[in-house]
Amino acid sequence: MTAIYDAILTGILTGGVYALMASGLTLIFGVLEIVNIAQGILVILGAYLSYALNTYLHMDIFLSLLITVPAMFLLGIAIERLFIRRLNQSQNRIMLSVLMTFAIALFIEGALNLIFTTDYVSLHAKYIDASFPIGKYYLPYVYVFAFVLSIVLLAGLYLLVYHTKFGYGLRALTQNRMAAALIGIDTGKIAMITVGVGVAVTAVGGMAYGATNAFNTASSYDLIARLLVIIVLGGMGSLRGAFVASLAMLVISDLTTALWSAQWSSLVFFVLLVLLLVFRPQGLFGLAEGRKQ
Amino acid sequence: MKKASMIGLLALLILALVFPLLVDTTTTGIAVFTLLYATAVTGWNLFSGYTGYISLGYASFTGIGAYTMALICDHWQIPGDYRTFLLLPVGGLMAVIFALLVGWISLRTRRVTFVVVTLAIMFILESLAFNLSGFTGGSSGIILPSSVWPGNFFNIPFYYVSLFLLVLAIAIAWWIRNSKYGLGLLAIREDEDRARGLGVKTVEFKLVAFVISAFLGGMVGAMFTFYNGNVFPDAAFDINIDVSVALMAFLGGIGTLTGPILGTFLLEPLQQYLTIQYGAVSLNLMILGALLLIIIMVLPDGIVTSAWKAWRRRAALRGTASPISSSVPEEETGVLLESSGGESG
Repeated sequence: MTAIYDAILTGILTGGVYALMASGLTLIFGVLEIVNIAQGILVILGAYLSYALNTYLHMDIFLSLLITVPAMFLLGIAIERLFIRRLNQSQNRIMLSVLMTFAIALFIEGALNLIFTTDYVSLHAKYIDASFPIGKYYLPYVYVFAFVLSIVLLAGLYLLVYHTKFGYGLRALTQNRMAAALIGIDTGKIAMITVGVGVAVTAVGGMAYGATNAFNTASSYDLIARLLVIIVLGGMGSLRGAFVASLAMLVISDLTTALWSAQWSSLVFFVLLVLLLVFRPQGLFGLAEGRKQ
Repeated sequence: MKKASMIGLLALLILALVFPLLVDTTTTGIAVFTLLYATAVTGWNLFSGYTGYISLGYASFTGIGAYTMALICDHWQIPGDYRTFLLLPVGGLMAVIFALLVGWISLRTRRVTFVVVTLAIMFILESLAFNLSGFTGGSSGIILPSSVWPGNFFNIPFYYVSLFLLVLAIAIAWWIRNSKYGLGLLAIREDEDRARGLGVKTVEFKLVAFVISAFLGGMVGAMFTFYNGNVFPDAAFDINIDVSVALMAFLGGIGTLTGPILGTFLLEPLQQYLTIQYGAVSLNLMILGALLLIIIMVLPDGIVTSAWKAWRRRAALRGTASPISSSVPEEETGVLLESSGGESG
């Protein structure tokens, strides 16, 4: 039984971090109707930035976020201004966005391989190996810290989207881009900031990922596959859906690991996704509902 | 005009036939991959390009073909000679069976969901290939019995079989593009619900195109295995195959007949060259990424489509633009449909 509780708890804690990374992806999709395939490598870039600050400047990995989050925000804005803005509204927009962000991902992957080589690395801090007891088993501090930080940021993101003037504009854009432009919303600015925010969360996600896993650039493929599955399962563009789907995915993966074996964990989840989509093609919190709120 | 293009085609074919006699082994090797990719991209395009359902899971088909070939050759210890090529359709058929099952599920979804479902299915297969190690050899893969051909001759049979596969793929794509069935597929791309309302059997139409596309993919995958002499899970079910195939089609012009082939002939040799030249210092990914970004921004419609649009604009300026007629070649009608759909969005 302990193994099951353990799996559920770890699943929820890591699920919070994935929810944050997936929120960025789903927000970018909702506002710009593009799929950002580069989100996986951006998470890894965030992890490497924290790794570099930690290794060369001996900065605490949570403190390093004060530098990496603004840096990733600016990178997101640069990506939007330089590339994404040039995609026009055509039938092939989604596919072109996939190819364009894949090209960006290839470039970043190449650059990271050049600088950091393809050897696996992981982040270090005192509280990564330290743990405290809950009942019969020990919970590493870093999971709890990362979870709490992710939940706080998710709450902030929720407030930003649903309770600020920027959020009104953002949601208007999600519903109807042209109508939003007609009533005087600066669609270009909102799109730019959305990509900035969507990319900025990868700095936190990357730090948490790097603290709990050994990683190299190849890890980005596994990450983007999981993130895409999460946002499709939750319903494209829905923040709530991304949150629920992340927790569900990680809990199911960890339960599979506990009850069966680690190598089947992602397989079980992919199969469940495919089966779910047979009956509910729009995902858990489908697009229509996600956009209405 | 018609005669001139026939002569041109014949000249191209003759050039393709004598090509391996003129160049060295390395170049023939690159040519084999280019021809195989061109076949795969044509196969991808005749489903995704014609119906507008963008698949990022073409490696599922090539991977299944690859494993079918490897398992058969390994189980019966079939050495690599001319008869081994007869196993290619078996790889294709396995991909077809798989496509029937998967298409039935995945074609209920549309747009982004379809993209992600096809990708997820490929990851399921990769994971199965890793985990069913008793059957697939797991991460150590399967090594095929060695070939009977000496090293300096080895590429030649593969070259001609690949060329045959490409011609077959083009013939199928051409036939679909010029049939009433192909028009139905294009109608699905423009507006699926309206097409169904007009009596197009959308479910069957999509599934048939998906299956034909899978057959070509399965044969290409079997060729990859036979040529490489081995198969590994991460190489057979590689996300880079998924994306490369889509990229090459887009570069040339999605939904056209010549576009995917042109796109492959430009991109695949370039990719091979960059890997050989800069792969050791991992500069190849940066150069490739930067080049692709430039291409996507400069030619978002692909080469063939952009060229056709530019030509039409010039013709319109001179006042000689011809009205659409049934004699307009396939590329041109494809572009007209595409541009009318694109500008309304």
